[in-house]
Amino acid sequence: MSERQPVLQLKGICKRFKGVNALNNVDLELEAGEIHALLGENGAGKSTLIKVMTGAYSKDAGRLELNGIAISPQKPFDAQMAGISTVYQEVNLLPNLSVAHNLYLGREPRRFGCIQWKKIRNDAQNLLRRFELDIDVEALLSSYSIAIQQLIAIARGVDGSAKVLILDEPTASLDAREVATLFRILRGLKESGVAILFVTHFLDQVYELTDRITVLRNGERVGTFATRDLPRNELIAHMLGKELQSIEQTHPCRPPEGTADALLQMTDVSADNGVSGIRFHARRGDAIGLAGLLGSGRSEICSILFGLDGVTSGEIKLVGKPFRPASPSDAIARGFALCPEDRKIEGIADPLSVRENLILALQAQRGWWRPIRFAEEKELVANAIAGLKIVCSDAEKPIGELSGGNQQKVILARWLMTKPQILILDEPTRGIDIGAHAEILQLIRKLCADGMTLIVASSEIEELVAFSNRILVMRDKKLLCTIEGDAISENAVVSAIARPA
Amino acid sequence: MLALALILLANLFLSPEFFHLEIKDGRLYGSLIDVLNRSAPCALLAIGMSLVIATGGIDLSVGAIIAITGAVCANLLNSPFDALTIVILAGLFAGLVAGAANGSLVSIFGIQPIVATLVLMVAGRGIAQLINGGQIVTFQNDAFASIGVGSLLGLPSPVVMFLLVFLLAQFIMRFTALGLFIEAVGCNPTASYYSGLKVRTIKFAVYCFSGICAAIAGMVITADIQGADANNAGLWLELDAILAVVIGGAALTGGRFSLPLTLIGVLIIQAMTTTIIMSGIAPKYNLLIKSLVIITVLLLQSSIFRMQFSRLIARQKMAAGDRA
Repeated sequence: MSERQPVLQLKGICKRFKGVNALNNVDLELEAGEIHALLGENGAGKSTLIKVMTGAYSKDAGRLELNGIAISPQKPFDAQMAGISTVYQEVNLLPNLSVAHNLYLGREPRRFGCIQWKKIRNDAQNLLRRFELDIDVEALLSSYSIAIQQLIAIARGVDGSAKVLILDEPTASLDAREVATLFRILRGLKESGVAILFVTHFLDQVYELTDRITVLRNGERVGTFATRDLPRNELIAHMLGKELQSIEQTHPCRPPEGTADALLQMTDVSADNGVSGIRFHARRGDAIGLAGLLGSGRSEICSILFGLDGVTSGEIKLVGKPFRPASPSDAIARGFALCPEDRKIEGIADPLSVRENLILALQAQRGWWRPIRFAEEKELVANAIAGLKIVCSDAEKPIGELSGGNQQKVILARWLMTKPQILILDEPTRGIDIGAHAEILQLIRKLCADGMTLIVASSEIEELVAFSNRILVMRDKKLLCTIEGDAISENAVVSAIARPA
Repeated sequence: MLALALILLANLFLSPEFFHLEIKDGRLYGSLIDVLNRSAPCALLAIGMSLVIATGGIDLSVGAIIAITGAVCANLLNSPFDALTIVILAGLFAGLVAGAANGSLVSIFGIQPIVATLVLMVAGRGIAQLINGGQIVTFQNDAFASIGVGSLLGLPSPVVMFLLVFLLAQFIMRFTALGLFIEAVGCNPTASYYSGLKVRTIKFAVYCFSGICAAIAGMVITADIQGADANNAGLWLELDAILAVVIGGAALTGGRFSLPLTLIGVLIIQAMTTTIIMSGIAPKYNLLIKSLVIITVLLLQSSIFRMQFSRLIARQKMAAGDRA
C-alpha cells in the first residue's frame, strides 16, 4: 500500500469566504486504487474542499497536483476533462431529459455532428446493467425515485475515464440493497486503480468500505489515518474535538403518564398517493417512528397529514374532531408542522436570508397584514440561532451559503417558532453529520418531554429505535405492523421489514 | 442610481435650461417635471410589473389593458353614464377583470405566465376595438381630462397619481409581510407552499394588482389625448416596463425586487428620451442611443462583467508597473 503513487495531491489549500476561513492549509493525498473517506462535522469544510478540487470554487492559496502535474480547474468541466469526476450530495441531473441522455449529457457520441441516439441508448443500458438497474433508459429521469436518480448520477460519474472519483454523501438516499450494489461497484473501480474519495456521515459504511480516513475540523485537517487502526470512538473524538458520550445510547421517549385521550387518530385511511389501511393513534408526547424501505409509504403518511395528498377513504380525527386538510396551510392552522424530505426543493427558499427563512412559516400563519414586529423578529431569530446552535455569521446571509445540517436546523427552527402540537419530520437527519445528528435526536427527546407529538419517518432504524415509543413498520404502501414500548429494538424492526409477506 | 445621476449631469452641460423650474398658474413647469409627467404611465405599469416578476411571472398584457381601459372610459363618457366616479370605477374594474383573467390562467390552470398573458396581449386590443366599434373614440369632458392634463398640489396629476400608487405599494410591501411572501414565492414556490403560504392566491393577487396599475395608466393616457385609440394606446409600453424592472435589478426568474429601484429604472428610460430631444440630436438616433445606455447599465449590474473589468484594469496596472 505504501508504494502506491498519489494520483491527486492537495497541498496547503486555503479558501476564505467574506473573512471566514473555510479551509486553512489543508493537505490531502489520494492514491490510485484506494477508497479514502473524508469526514468531518457540518461546516468542517468537506463540501468546500470538494468544490475546490472540482473547480466550482477557486482556491485562495495552495497547490492541486494530478499525477504530479499542477492543475487549476476553473470550472467543473475542466476537472472532469482532467479525470476528476464528482457525484454531488443532491442529484444534479436534468429531470426533464431521458435517463440515457442524462448519462451522456455534454459528451454525446456524435457522427457527422449528429448525436447517435441509438448508441447512447445501448451504452446507457449496458452501463446501468453493471449497477443492476434494469430500467427503461428512454423514460424521463423524473419518473424514477430519488434513490435511482442517485445511482444514475453515480453511474454517470464512474463511466468515462475517471482517475479520481469524488462521492459526496452518495448513500444518503439509498436503501441497504442499493448501498451494497454501490459498494460492489466501488470495490471494482478500486481494483482497476481509480482513486475514490468518499464523503459520508454513516460511520458503518466508512469502516466497511474505506482504506484510509482524513478528518477535517473547522476548516483544518486533523489527520489522516488507516481505517483499520482507528477505533470508532477515537474517530468521533477527532471529528468533534471532544469525547462524545451517549451518542449510541438509546433513550426512548417516555410514554406519557396515564392514558390521555388520543390527540390524533387515523382509522383505515387510504389516500390518492397509494397508501392504504393506515391505522394508528398518537397521544401528546408520543414519538412515533415510521420505518420501512424506500418507497414503502413512510413519506406518504407525512404528506397525508400535512394536506399535500388527499384522503380517499377512512377517517382522521384530531382531538376527536374529523380532520381533512386540503393544503399545508389548513394543516398548519390545526397545529401541524412538517420538515420535508427534500430540503433544497421543499424546504429552503434560497437567496432569501436565514432570517427570512426562519420567520416564513410563523408569518404565513399570522397572515400578511400582521407583520412580525422588528424587535420581536430580532428576538425570535436570535433565540432560534442560539437555541439550535445554528452556525452562521450573519442572519442576513442567504440560506444557500449554510451547510446542509445548518439549513436543516433553520427549517426545524422555522417550525418550532409556530409552536406546533404535532411535528412531522421526514428524514430529519438525511445528509447531515453526526454532531448535528446527535443534536437533532436530543431535540426530538426534549420536544416529546415538553408534550409535543412527533412523527418521524426515517431510513435509519437505529435512529428510530433511539427515541420512538411506537414504530409503524411500512411495506408496499401498507401498514405492516406496529411495534410498541419494550418490544422496540433494531432487530424487531428489521425482522418485521424483512418478514416474508 | 448612478446612471440616472449621470444622465442628469450630462443635461447640465448640454442644456442648462433642463433644470429650470418655474411656476405658472400654480403649477411647476420644466424639463424635470416633464420627465416625471411623461414617465407616469410606464411607472404605473412598472410598479405592477415588479410584483409580477418577483413571483417569477411576467405580464405582457398591460399595454392591451391600457387600450381596454381607454375604450371603456371613452365610451362611457359619451354615454348617459358620464359621472366621473362611474367612469373611473368602471375603468379600474376593467383592469381588475383583465388582471383576474391573467391571474386565474396562471395560478389556477398553471399556464406559463408568458403564454397566459400573451393571450390577453393579443385579445385585449381586439376587445378594445370591439368596444370602440373599430373607431378612435374621442370625448369632451374636462373633469376626466384633468386626470391627464390637470394638476394637483403644484404637480401634474399623472405625477401625483403614480407617486401615490408607488408610496401605497411600497408601504404595503415593506410594512406588511406581503413583500416577504411575494419574494418567497418567487424564490421557491414549493418551499413556500410547504411553509403554509397560499401560493396561488398570492400569484393571483399580483396579476390583479398589475391589471389595476395598467388601468390607471390607461386612464392617464386616455385623458391626456382625450380619446381612446385601441390600436396605439400604450403600444409596446409593457416592454419598457419590463426593462425598467430589470434595470432596477430584479431577476426575471423571480425573488428579490425593489420598487424604488424600478422607479429609477423608469426615470432613466424617460430622462434619456427627453435629454436626446432637448440636446438637439436628431430623433432618429433616439432608439439606438437608448439601447446603448441600457446595455451599459445592465453590464454594470452584471457581477461577471464587473469582475472581468476590474481584472482587466488590474492587469493593465501590472503591465504599467512592469514597464516602469
